[in-house]
Amino acid sequence: MEDTVGKEVLRVDDVGMRFNLMEKKVDNLKEYFIKLLKNEIRYQEFWALKNISFKVNEGDRLGILGLNGAGKSTLLKIIAGVLKASEGELSIRGKIVPLLELGAGFDAQYTGVENIYLYGAVLGYPKEFINEKFNEIVEFSELGDFINVPVKNYSSGMKARLGFSIATIMDPEILILDEVLSVGDAKFRKKSEKRILDMFDKGVTVLFVSHSIEQVRRICSRAIILDKGKLMADGPVEEICNLYEEKYIGTEKAVKPKKKKKKKKKLLATEATTEKPAVTPDTVVEASKELVTDAVVEVSKELVPDASIIADQEIVRKEDLLEDANKEV
Amino acid sequence: MERVFKNFKKYRYLLFELTKKNIKLKYRRSYLGILWTLLEPILTTIVLSIVFTSLKKKSDSTFPVYILTGRLLYSFFAQSTKQAMKSIRRNSGMIKKVYVPKYIYPISDILSNYIIFIISMLVLFGSMLVFKVNPTKYIFNAFIPLILILILCFGMGLILTTMAVFFRDMEYLWSVVLMMIMYTSAIFYDASIVSKQWIFHFNPIYHIIVNFRNCIYGAPLDMKSLMISIGYSLASLIIGIILFYKKQDKFILNI
Repeated sequence: MEDTVGKEVLRVDDVGMRFNLMEKKVDNLKEYFIKLLKNEIRYQEFWALKNISFKVNEGDRLGILGLNGAGKSTLLKIIAGVLKASEGELSIRGKIVPLLELGAGFDAQYTGVENIYLYGAVLGYPKEFINEKFNEIVEFSELGDFINVPVKNYSSGMKARLGFSIATIMDPEILILDEVLSVGDAKFRKKSEKRILDMFDKGVTVLFVSHSIEQVRRICSRAIILDKGKLMADGPVEEICNLYEEKYIGTEKAVKPKKKKKKKKKLLATEATTEKPAVTPDTVVEASKELVTDAVVEVSKELVPDASIIADQEIVRKEDLLEDANKEV
Repeated sequence: MERVFKNFKKYRYLLFELTKKNIKLKYRRSYLGILWTLLEPILTTIVLSIVFTSLKKKSDSTFPVYILTGRLLYSFFAQSTKQAMKSIRRNSGMIKKVYVPKYIYPISDILSNYIIFIISMLVLFGSMLVFKVNPTKYIFNAFIPLILILILCFGMGLILTTMAVFFRDMEYLWSVVLMMIMYTSAIFYDASIVSKQWIFHFNPIYHIIVNFRNCIYGAPLDMKSLMISIGYSLASLIIGIILFYKKQDKFILNI
């Protein structure tokens, strides 16, 4: 951020994304009305992203790091305009090309030629532009005569090659890369990497998501870390990558056994409590008494915070319902 | 508002491409191809004429033209709303990955059906020649019901798409409603044989068909039917746009 002197092209301002996880998926009318009447429609709130703010200047190459479920893809989808953030503001200057899933806009019945125009239109290119670049696209995709064959007969590599060729034919201001640098065979990969590196030289702004820290180090100039939907760190790539490595990749291993233990404890505890009514005072041995009370104490310890969470969620749910009801009115 | 228009300008080529795709793919891999747009109404009209001739009070040599006017309008309405209703679900793969204004999908479905519908008008002109229904100056009024039905389809398409995203049942429910609309549209019988005339008030298609027939048979537009159909068309369009815009950001969470 400090070492670049470009104008701001992307600003993410206090963005949050809330998903309402319905406890049981209701997708037919009958069930919906029955549940509505019984007041049984409940949602569980889940914030995939919360209070995310950062700015990206022209020419920045931003790496987004985070474990699975940290909200990286959600963030990219919001920036690409696929998802709408539940709160916060997003301002973008310039054309975004998301290289998220190549060939997602293809129609299987259509031939390669037809799909070039269709996918180009999906990306918002004007027709004249596609006409102009048509030969270049076909050439780069190396499809040869297959360009006149319906896409349903393509191999996945061919599809990806065509998708890549179409999506990168225009020089975007902002390029979103979600681990797509591994398209096609080794030869094509080299070619596609070169095209992306050329774009870098032209000063394109890049948002890059990858689990490979090496790739992030190589490509990016700056990085951020997301953890459970929160922005944890933001800074020069080297610093952030080191932090990520020691903090997340290190601690992840340490966390795992702890979790297991907790679960075991819970299991033991529940077993003990279910046995409790069956135990008659006559047959109780002193030791087992101690065990049971111990278990109960533990259970209550574990249950109490949970209970308060549940209560909180109830309130949230009710508010949600109210909000929904108001909206519908 | 200005942003919406700017966005539409940017994506109008996509609208064109998707409409073209729908038409192209509809008849691809069939031997007769686009000829089916003409053959299908001819064949169904023959069947309906044979079956329902007895329902007309006085014997009428132009009965096939009468049926055709109703059937063409009704089947455009039925086809386009049915297809539009499923458009968001059908294109879920694309919606989840690339930003495109979502109304493009139902609208392109309706437009492609409309183009096919307009092409099938050739059959109507042919049958007018064969059964000697001579066009008068009133035939130029025909564009009014033709535009009204397009607006009605846009509106209903948007409403149904939105509902179908959240409740799959709509697809089944709508086919029942369509059947009711078909039987209350006076497609293959004379409206005067129905004792409960109030039933027609609930059917916007009936009123559009009435006016379209007037244009074809050389009569002025029926003002009452015109007002009712304008009312239905505009109301459905307004409700459709509002509903769609309010709910479109939630589509992706449900498909």
